[in-house]
Amino acid sequence: MLNFRTNTFKNGIHPPEHKRETNGLPIRQFPFAPVIILPMVQHIGAPSKIMVVEGQEVVRGQLIAQADGYVSVPMHAPVSGTIRKIVNVPTISGKMAPGIFLEAFPSSTQEVQEGTPVNLESATTEEILQGIQNAGIVGLGGAAFPTHVKLKIPEGKHCEVLIINGIECEPYLTTDHRVMLEQAQDIFTGIRYLLKATGATRVIIGIEANKQDAVDHLEANIPNDLQVSIKVVPVKYPQGSEKMLITSLLDREVPSGGLPIEVHAVVVNVATTAEIGRLLPHGRGIQERVITITGPGIKKKGNYLIPIGTPLRYVLEQVGVDGEISEVYMGGPMMGTAVSNLDISIVKGTSGILAFTEKDVIRPEKIYPCIKCGACVDACPLFLNPSRLGILAKFEAYDQMTEHHLMDCFECGSCSYVCPAHIPLVQYFRLSKSIVRKRQAAAKQTLEYVQ
Amino acid sequence: MYSKTLHISTSPHIAGGLSIEVIMRNVVWALVPVALFAVYTFGLNALMVLVTTVISCLLTEHFLCKISKKESTISDWSAVITGLLLGLTLPPIFPLWMAFFGGVIAIALGKFIFGGLGYNVFNPALVSRAVLQAAFPVAITTWFPAFTDNRFSVVNASVFTFPFMSPGVDGLSGATPLAAFKFDQVITNNSDLALGLISGSTGETCAVLILLGGLYLIVRNMMNWRIPVAILGTVLVLSGILHLIDSQAYPSPIFMLFSGGLMLGAIFMATDMVGSPITSLGVLIYGTVIGILVVVIRIWGGLPEGVMYAILLGNALSPHIDNLVKPRVYGTVKQPQQS
Repeated sequence: MLNFRTNTFKNGIHPPEHKRETNGLPIRQFPFAPVIILPMVQHIGAPSKIMVVEGQEVVRGQLIAQADGYVSVPMHAPVSGTIRKIVNVPTISGKMAPGIFLEAFPSSTQEVQEGTPVNLESATTEEILQGIQNAGIVGLGGAAFPTHVKLKIPEGKHCEVLIINGIECEPYLTTDHRVMLEQAQDIFTGIRYLLKATGATRVIIGIEANKQDAVDHLEANIPNDLQVSIKVVPVKYPQGSEKMLITSLLDREVPSGGLPIEVHAVVVNVATTAEIGRLLPHGRGIQERVITITGPGIKKKGNYLIPIGTPLRYVLEQVGVDGEISEVYMGGPMMGTAVSNLDISIVKGTSGILAFTEKDVIRPEKIYPCIKCGACVDACPLFLNPSRLGILAKFEAYDQMTEHHLMDCFECGSCSYVCPAHIPLVQYFRLSKSIVRKRQAAAKQTLEYVQ
Repeated sequence: MYSKTLHISTSPHIAGGLSIEVIMRNVVWALVPVALFAVYTFGLNALMVLVTTVISCLLTEHFLCKISKKESTISDWSAVITGLLLGLTLPPIFPLWMAFFGGVIAIALGKFIFGGLGYNVFNPALVSRAVLQAAFPVAITTWFPAFTDNRFSVVNASVFTFPFMSPGVDGLSGATPLAAFKFDQVITNNSDLALGLISGSTGETCAVLILLGGLYLIVRNMMNWRIPVAILGTVLVLSGILHLIDSQAYPSPIFMLFSGGLMLGAIFMATDMVGSPITSLGVLIYGTVIGILVVVIRIWGGLPEGVMYAILLGNALSPHIDNLVKPRVYGTVKQPQQS
């Protein structure tokens, strides 16, 4: 069949964007909460190791927990204050994790302690990666994977293209949009660091067509000595996922089960890039991030620069909520997590806070049997057959599900979104994947034991 | 906000809007003009047949749900569609007790026995029509002329035939265009065909209204346009070639398209989501196979009309098509062989 290049991927969905409510609002600094709660699991990998003791006084930017191994990052004090307690604290997953209660000094300022700068000109690849780890940087798009691990090019592979991900395809969220409009210089500095770290020969910034102002702004601010191409792609969910973005921009497919480096690409979120560009020249650690607070239940919607560890309850008190809110999500509505209690805190991976009231939530009353309409097949960006997988999941046929590429699913939720029978497809797959993973781990253990 | 418990669920937290109920209801809306025109053409007889099949389908579905101790599923509108489609494939003076029996067969044998909505292999209305054709070969080929003067005042006696009695044959005056061609080599005027000014089953007559209904559903994204396009396209091309070879022996493609139940079948029956394949390519294959079968049965088969059997065979093939035509999964080089 003829293959027309459309600079986008196949399938996908078009949920209502709801970005107008906040995309015109500049980033505003959030006040310090009286007490900040820092869980040590804010990233994928080993929890950070606490280096402070109860009663100790720390200053904003000071290292308070160090990385525990390679796939881990350190943590810095988001505010000057006193360590009150070191106990287990609740996290969004519902599990408790080691954490720190930090009571802010009433006189705490925005000033941040400087560290050892990473010099762009003289630093080696290893030093830049070390600098990124030291700054505690993780993927700010939501995955919270340690960035230095992602940037480490494996032996025998090479990186040709560095892709800066400014897609932000989740409805409601406008943090990346505002970062591109307000932190262009940091982004370009970050790109310089990333180019050196990865050895990439070209840079593409991918932006969806609904952020034309960001495209124009970046376009106008590209430094003369930096080769950057900015590509505008049509609006479609889930374009912001690494695989889809690589297909949209490069017309390459990441092999099943493989990483983007297999097709010589590395994808970094635009806010993460800006953070690298801002922190590394000063040797600082990450203390705050931009978060979109929106949704029908929020009174003062906007994009806020919020210190990491700020309790969700404090955040909602500051922006004001409708008394009737029934649901709060961290992240976007497609892949974000529903919050079960407001005592958890903002973490590095929090890109948005959405509050809905009872009347805004349309919950399907009834689940019908699958009528094989094929809507999910036409929505799945990975060309899986969610209808078939859903039936197999009902029968707990996990081996057959694996044969049908269950483990390729990255849980974008497009299938559940379109299903007219309201079958919770991606929810089935998420559960099935965790069962398959557990079984695989158990099988491996048995094998090791036998040998 | 501070005391209330929050509702938690896993993502996605938003949904796309369409639901099965809405789709089914819209299919009914799309069928209503076709049914109204059938009543206009054939009068009270057709109205009674249609009402009987719809009521019979709804009653059967409700009753079967009750005896299997499940919640009644009549509110999903699918039984209404089955009833309407069945009624539209029957002759206008079909005895009502047979029509009622047809509705019971459609739901019980066509759908419920497989496990209800979503699990049926064949289109329920066509299963029933096939059973009726085998059981009552005379009644189901007893046609009635369109636009009789007293169609709104007089009900044909055969409609009220007692159960298990054969109707007196008194309506044979209106042969269908396909039968006229097959047995008497008479070609019906094309515009009469398209506008439905002909004799035939209640709903098989007005191609224009059927097309409009289909177009509405396609625009609303409730129907896979590939199915009717593949079927009608195949019939057009295949019968076109045959007509070019020998225009005396083979009818023109336009006649083939607009006669018999092809329009109704291609647009409202073959597109039944449950019985058709799930992938775009699979659907095209399915449509092409049905199109070929229609032409083969009509021209070389013993029956004047072949749409019903063509679609039923297509339904039977579609699970196999789904197993054979699997989209290549993103990031894999070749389609892995799985069964």
